Amino acid sequence: MTTAWIVVAVLFVGTASMRAAGPVAFGGRSLSGRGAAVVALVAPAILGALVVYETVSAGGSGIELDARLVGLAAGALALVLRLPLIVVVLAAAAATALARLL
Amino acid sequence: MDEHSNVSAGMRAGLPLLLPTLALGVSFGVLARPVMGPAAPIAMSILVFSGAAQFAALSVLAAGGGALAAITAGMLMNARWLPMGFAIGPSLRGGPLARAAQGQTIVDASFVIASRGDGSFDRGLLMGATAVQGVAWVSGTVIGVLAGPVLGDPGSLGLDAIFVAFYLALLIEEARSRRAVVAGLAGAAIAFALMPFTPPGVPIIAASLAALVGLRSA
Repeated sequence: MTTAWIVVAVLFVGTASMRAAGPVAFGGRSLSGRGAAVVALVAPAILGALVVYETVSAGGSGIELDARLVGLAAGALALVLRLPLIVVVLAAAAATALARLL
Repeated sequence: MDEHSNVSAGMRAGLPLLLPTLALGVSFGVLARPVMGPAAPIAMSILVFSGAAQFAALSVLAAGGGALAAITAGMLMNARWLPMGFAIGPSLRGGPLARAAQGQTIVDASFVIASRGDGSFDRGLLMGATAVQGVAWVSGTVIGVLAGPVLGDPGSLGLDAIFVAFYLALLIEEARSRRAVVAGLAGAAIAFALMPFTPPGVPIIAASLAALVGLRSA
Protein backbone atom coordinates (compact mmCIF):
# COMPACT_ATOMS: atom_id res chain seq x y z
CA MET A 1 0.00 0.00 0.00
CA THR A 2 2.95 2.34 0.70
CA THR A 3 3.99 1.86 -2.92
CA ALA A 4 0.55 3.07 -4.04
CA TRP A 5 0.82 6.24 -1.95
CA ILE A 6 4.33 6.99 -3.25
CA VAL A 7 3.01 6.70 -6.81
CA VAL A 8 0.05 8.98 -5.99
CA ALA A 9 2.28 11.62 -4.35
CA VAL A 10 4.94 11.72 -7.08
CA LEU A 11 2.40 11.69 -9.91
CA PHE A 12 0.49 14.51 -8.19
CA VAL A 13 3.58 16.74 -8.13
CA GLY A 14 4.71 15.58 -11.58
CA THR A 15 1.33 16.08 -13.26
CA ALA A 16 0.79 19.49 -11.66
CA SER A 17 4.26 20.63 -12.81
CA MET A 18 3.65 19.46 -16.38
CA ARG A 19 0.35 21.32 -16.51
CA ALA A 20 1.86 24.45 -14.95
CA ALA A 21 5.04 24.65 -17.07
CA GLY A 22 3.53 26.06 -20.27
CA PRO A 23 1.21 28.59 -18.63
CA VAL A 24 4.01 29.86 -16.32
CA ALA A 25 6.57 30.13 -19.13
CA PHE A 26 4.36 31.63 -21.83
CA GLY A 27 1.55 33.34 -19.94
CA GLY A 28 0.26 36.65 -21.26
CA ARG A 29 2.70 36.75 -24.19
CA SER A 30 1.47 37.26 -27.66
CA LEU A 31 2.92 34.84 -30.14
CA SER A 32 4.55 35.68 -33.43
CA GLY A 33 2.80 34.63 -36.64
CA ARG A 34 4.67 31.37 -37.02
CA GLY A 35 4.45 30.51 -33.33
CA ALA A 36 0.70 31.05 -33.42
CA ALA A 37 0.44 28.93 -36.57
CA VAL A 38 2.20 26.00 -34.86
CA VAL A 39 0.20 26.38 -31.64
CA ALA A 40 -3.08 26.40 -33.60
CA LEU A 41 -2.21 22.98 -34.99
CA VAL A 42 -1.39 21.27 -31.66
CA ALA A 43 -5.07 20.52 -31.03
CA PRO A 44 -5.81 18.80 -34.37
CA ALA A 45 -2.49 16.90 -34.21
CA ILE A 46 -3.21 15.54 -30.72
CA LEU A 47 -6.85 14.86 -31.62
CA GLY A 48 -5.85 12.77 -34.63
CA ALA A 49 -3.58 10.77 -32.32
CA LEU A 50 -6.29 10.41 -29.66
CA VAL A 51 -8.84 9.07 -32.16
CA VAL A 52 -6.35 6.39 -33.21
CA TYR A 53 -5.20 5.73 -29.64
CA GLU A 54 -8.70 5.37 -28.15
CA THR A 55 -9.79 3.15 -31.03
CA VAL A 56 -6.95 0.60 -31.16
CA SER A 57 -5.03 0.89 -27.85
CA ALA A 58 -4.44 -2.46 -26.17
CA GLY A 59 -4.20 -0.82 -22.74
CA GLY A 60 -0.42 -0.79 -22.39
CA SER A 61 1.67 -0.60 -25.53
CA GLY A 62 0.50 -2.44 -28.63
CA ILE A 63 -2.53 -2.43 -30.89
CA GLU A 64 -5.79 -4.31 -30.49
CA LEU A 65 -8.50 -4.26 -33.15
CA ASP A 66 -11.91 -4.86 -31.58
CA ALA A 67 -15.52 -3.64 -31.34
CA ARG A 68 -14.36 -0.03 -30.89
CA LEU A 69 -13.77 0.05 -34.68
CA VAL A 70 -17.50 -0.54 -35.15
CA GLY A 71 -18.16 2.34 -32.76
CA LEU A 72 -15.79 4.58 -34.73
CA ALA A 73 -17.62 3.72 -37.97
CA ALA A 74 -21.03 4.40 -36.39
CA GLY A 75 -19.81 7.71 -34.98
CA ALA A 76 -18.36 8.72 -38.35
CA LEU A 77 -21.63 7.86 -40.10
CA ALA A 78 -23.61 9.93 -37.57
CA LEU A 79 -21.20 12.83 -38.16
CA VAL A 80 -21.61 12.58 -41.94
CA LEU A 81 -25.40 12.72 -41.40
CA ARG A 82 -24.82 15.89 -39.32
CA LEU A 83 -26.60 14.45 -36.28
CA PRO A 84 -26.18 16.23 -32.90
CA LEU A 85 -23.07 15.38 -30.85
CA ILE A 86 -24.98 13.50 -28.16
CA VAL A 87 -26.51 11.24 -30.86
CA VAL A 88 -23.05 10.74 -32.38
CA VAL A 89 -21.51 9.50 -29.11
CA LEU A 90 -24.53 7.35 -28.18
CA ALA A 91 -24.53 5.76 -31.65
CA ALA A 92 -20.86 4.86 -31.18
CA ALA A 93 -21.50 3.35 -27.73
CA ALA A 94 -24.59 1.40 -28.90
CA ALA A 95 -22.81 0.02 -31.98
CA THR A 96 -19.81 -1.04 -29.86
CA ALA A 97 -21.98 -2.71 -27.22
CA LEU A 98 -23.95 -4.51 -29.94
CA ALA A 99 -20.77 -5.71 -31.64
CA ARG A 100 -19.53 -7.08 -28.29
CA LEU A 101 -22.81 -8.95 -27.79
CA LEU A 102 -22.63 -10.66 -31.19
CA MET B 1 -15.96 39.16 -23.03
CA ASP B 2 -18.35 37.66 -20.50
CA GLU B 3 -16.19 35.08 -18.74
CA HIS B 4 -19.00 33.71 -16.59
CA SER B 5 -21.20 32.79 -19.53
CA ASN B 6 -18.21 31.10 -21.16
CA VAL B 7 -17.77 28.86 -18.11
CA SER B 8 -21.42 27.80 -18.47
CA ALA B 9 -20.90 27.27 -22.21
CA GLY B 10 -17.88 25.11 -21.36
CA MET B 11 -19.99 23.06 -18.96
CA ARG B 12 -22.58 22.51 -21.70
CA ALA B 13 -19.83 21.55 -24.15
CA GLY B 14 -18.46 19.03 -21.64
CA LEU B 15 -21.87 17.53 -20.92
CA PRO B 16 -21.67 14.69 -23.49
CA LEU B 17 -18.59 13.54 -21.55
CA LEU B 18 -20.35 13.35 -18.18
CA LEU B 19 -21.52 9.74 -18.52
CA PRO B 20 -18.45 8.27 -20.24
CA THR B 21 -16.10 10.02 -17.79
CA LEU B 22 -18.17 8.70 -14.90
CA ALA B 23 -18.01 5.21 -16.40
CA LEU B 24 -14.26 5.49 -16.90
CA GLY B 25 -13.88 6.64 -13.29
CA VAL B 26 -15.93 3.64 -12.15
CA SER B 27 -13.71 1.24 -14.08
CA PHE B 28 -10.61 2.90 -12.62
CA GLY B 29 -12.02 2.51 -9.09
CA VAL B 30 -13.03 -1.10 -9.70
CA LEU B 31 -9.61 -2.05 -11.11
CA ALA B 32 -7.53 0.01 -8.65
CA ARG B 33 -9.08 -1.08 -5.35
CA PRO B 34 -7.56 -4.58 -5.17
CA VAL B 35 -4.14 -3.19 -6.17
CA MET B 36 -4.00 0.13 -4.29
CA GLY B 37 -6.52 -0.21 -1.47
CA PRO B 38 -9.64 1.92 -1.09
CA ALA B 39 -8.26 5.39 -0.27
CA ALA B 40 -5.29 5.79 -2.66
CA PRO B 41 -7.33 5.50 -5.91
CA ILE B 42 -9.75 8.22 -4.73
CA ALA B 43 -6.88 10.49 -3.64
CA MET B 44 -5.24 9.84 -7.00
CA SER B 45 -8.33 10.85 -8.99
CA ILE B 46 -8.60 14.10 -7.00
CA LEU B 47 -4.88 14.99 -7.04
CA VAL B 48 -3.61 13.62 -10.35
CA PHE B 49 -6.87 13.93 -12.35
CA SER B 50 -5.50 12.35 -15.50
CA GLY B 51 -7.23 9.19 -16.65
CA ALA B 52 -4.49 8.21 -19.07
CA ALA B 53 -1.69 8.62 -16.48
CA GLN B 54 -3.67 6.87 -13.75
CA PHE B 55 -4.54 3.85 -15.91
CA ALA B 56 -0.94 3.62 -17.13
CA ALA B 57 0.45 3.65 -13.56
CA LEU B 58 -2.22 1.21 -12.38
CA SER B 59 -1.51 -1.30 -15.13
CA VAL B 60 2.17 -1.35 -14.09
CA LEU B 61 1.29 -1.84 -10.40
CA ALA B 62 -1.29 -4.53 -11.26
CA ALA B 63 1.37 -6.40 -13.24
CA GLY B 64 3.60 -6.41 -10.16
CA GLY B 65 5.81 -3.50 -11.18
CA GLY B 66 7.42 -1.18 -8.64
CA ALA B 67 6.74 2.46 -7.80
CA LEU B 68 9.43 3.80 -10.15
CA ALA B 69 8.08 1.89 -13.17
CA ALA B 70 4.51 2.98 -12.38
CA ILE B 71 5.57 6.62 -12.01
CA THR B 72 7.50 6.49 -15.29
CA ALA B 73 4.48 5.07 -17.14
CA GLY B 74 2.23 7.76 -15.67
CA MET B 75 4.66 10.58 -16.45
CA LEU B 76 4.99 9.43 -20.07
CA MET B 77 1.23 9.84 -20.44
CA ASN B 78 1.52 13.21 -18.69
CA ALA B 79 4.21 14.63 -20.90
CA ARG B 80 1.61 15.74 -23.41
CA TRP B 81 0.50 18.46 -20.98
CA LEU B 82 3.78 20.18 -21.89
CA PRO B 83 3.02 20.96 -25.56
CA MET B 84 -0.63 21.59 -24.67
CA GLY B 85 0.46 23.97 -21.88
CA PHE B 86 2.84 25.79 -24.21
CA ALA B 87 -0.05 26.20 -26.67
CA ILE B 88 -2.54 27.45 -24.10
CA GLY B 89 -0.14 29.57 -22.00
CA PRO B 90 -0.39 32.81 -23.99
CA SER B 91 -4.19 32.78 -23.60
CA LEU B 92 -4.05 32.70 -19.78
CA ARG B 93 -3.89 35.87 -17.72
CA GLY B 94 -2.74 36.76 -14.18
CA GLY B 95 0.55 36.23 -12.35
CA PRO B 96 2.65 33.06 -12.60
CA LEU B 97 0.85 31.40 -9.66
CA ALA B 98 -2.59 32.18 -11.08
CA ARG B 99 -1.53 30.87 -14.48
CA ALA B 100 -0.07 27.70 -12.91
CA ALA B 101 -3.43 27.17 -11.16
CA GLN B 102 -5.37 27.71 -14.39
CA GLY B 103 -3.01 25.25 -16.09
CA GLN B 104 -4.30 22.53 -13.75
CA THR B 105 -7.59 22.59 -15.67
CA ILE B 106 -5.91 21.33 -18.86
CA VAL B 107 -7.32 17.95 -19.85
CA ASP B 108 -7.60 16.50 -23.38
CA ALA B 109 -11.23 17.22 -24.19
CA SER B 110 -11.29 20.67 -22.55
CA PHE B 111 -8.11 21.70 -24.36
CA VAL B 112 -9.82 21.05 -27.66
CA ILE B 113 -13.17 22.54 -26.63
CA ALA B 114 -11.35 25.73 -25.59
CA SER B 115 -9.33 25.98 -28.82
CA ARG B 116 -10.55 28.82 -31.05
CA GLY B 117 -8.65 27.40 -34.04
CA ASP B 118 -6.46 30.49 -34.51
CA GLY B 119 -3.91 29.59 -31.83
CA SER B 120 -5.81 31.26 -28.99
CA PHE B 121 -7.88 29.55 -26.29
CA ASP B 122 -10.96 30.51 -24.27
CA ARG B 123 -10.15 29.89 -20.60
CA GLY B 124 -13.84 30.06 -19.54
CA LEU B 125 -14.66 27.18 -21.88
CA LEU B 126 -11.57 25.32 -20.61
CA MET B 127 -12.56 25.58 -16.96
CA GLY B 128 -16.26 24.84 -17.51
CA ALA B 129 -15.62 21.70 -19.54
CA THR B 130 -13.01 20.52 -17.02
CA ALA B 131 -15.36 21.08 -14.04
CA VAL B 132 -17.91 18.66 -15.53
CA GLN B 133 -15.27 16.01 -16.15
CA GLY B 134 -13.63 16.49 -12.73
CA VAL B 135 -16.87 15.90 -10.85
CA ALA B 136 -17.66 12.86 -13.01
CA TRP B 137 -14.14 11.41 -12.73
CA VAL B 138 -13.91 11.66 -8.94
CA SER B 139 -17.49 10.48 -8.29
CA GLY B 140 -16.97 7.59 -10.70
CA THR B 141 -13.80 6.55 -8.86
CA VAL B 142 -15.61 6.64 -5.49
CA ILE B 143 -18.49 4.55 -6.90
CA GLY B 144 -16.04 2.08 -8.43
CA VAL B 145 -14.04 1.67 -5.20
CA LEU B 146 -17.16 1.24 -3.03
CA ALA B 147 -19.42 -0.76 -5.33
CA GLY B 148 -16.90 -2.40 -7.64
CA PRO B 149 -17.63 -6.07 -7.05
CA VAL B 150 -21.37 -5.74 -7.85
CA LEU B 151 -21.03 -3.53 -10.93
CA GLY B 152 -19.33 -5.73 -13.49
CA ASP B 153 -17.55 -4.46 -16.60
CA PRO B 154 -18.46 -0.96 -17.89
CA GLY B 155 -16.90 -1.95 -21.23
CA SER B 156 -19.89 -4.17 -22.04
CA LEU B 157 -21.98 -1.00 -22.48
CA GLY B 158 -19.61 0.31 -25.16
CA LEU B 159 -18.90 3.42 -23.11
CA ASP B 160 -15.20 3.35 -24.04
CA ALA B 161 -16.17 4.04 -27.66
CA ILE B 162 -17.77 7.34 -26.62
CA PHE B 163 -14.30 8.89 -26.40
CA VAL B 164 -13.50 7.69 -29.91
CA ALA B 165 -16.60 9.34 -31.35
CA PHE B 166 -16.20 12.47 -29.24
CA TYR B 167 -12.59 13.05 -30.32
CA LEU B 168 -13.53 12.36 -33.94
CA ALA B 169 -16.31 14.97 -33.74
CA LEU B 170 -13.90 17.51 -32.22
CA LEU B 171 -11.29 16.70 -34.86
CA ILE B 172 -13.74 17.36 -37.69
CA GLU B 173 -14.70 20.65 -36.05
CA GLU B 174 -11.01 21.58 -35.65
CA ALA B 175 -10.15 20.69 -39.25
CA ARG B 176 -11.21 24.08 -40.57
CA SER B 177 -8.10 24.70 -42.65
CA ARG B 178 -6.08 22.58 -45.01
CA ARG B 179 -3.13 22.67 -42.62
CA ALA B 180 -5.31 21.54 -39.70
CA VAL B 181 -6.41 18.54 -41.77
CA VAL B 182 -2.78 17.73 -42.56
CA ALA B 183 -1.78 18.10 -38.87
CA GLY B 184 -4.66 15.83 -37.77
CA LEU B 185 -3.85 13.12 -40.30
CA ALA B 186 -0.12 13.35 -39.55
CA GLY B 187 -0.81 13.12 -35.81
CA ALA B 188 -2.97 10.04 -36.36
CA ALA B 189 -0.31 8.43 -38.56
CA ILE B 190 2.51 9.14 -36.07
CA ALA B 191 0.49 7.65 -33.20
CA PHE B 192 -0.46 4.56 -35.18
CA ALA B 193 3.12 3.97 -36.34
CA LEU B 194 4.58 4.28 -32.83
CA MET B 195 1.92 2.45 -30.80
CA PRO B 196 3.22 -1.10 -31.35
CA PHE B 197 6.78 -0.21 -30.31
CA THR B 198 6.69 2.49 -27.65
CA PRO B 199 5.44 2.74 -24.03
CA PRO B 200 1.97 4.22 -23.57
CA GLY B 201 2.00 8.01 -23.81
CA VAL B 202 4.89 8.34 -26.23
CA PRO B 203 2.69 8.12 -29.38
CA ILE B 204 0.51 11.04 -28.22
CA ILE B 205 3.48 13.27 -27.33
CA ALA B 206 5.23 12.47 -30.60
CA ALA B 207 2.02 13.24 -32.50
CA SER B 208 2.09 16.83 -31.22
CA LEU B 209 5.17 17.32 -33.45
CA ALA B 210 2.76 17.20 -36.40
CA ALA B 211 1.83 20.78 -35.41
CA LEU B 212 5.20 21.82 -36.87
CA VAL B 213 3.58 21.78 -40.33
CA GLY B 214 2.48 25.26 -39.16
CA LEU B 215 6.06 26.43 -39.80
CA ARG B 216 5.51 26.11 -43.54
CA SER B 217 4.17 29.37 -44.84
CA ALA B 218 0.53 29.09 -45.81
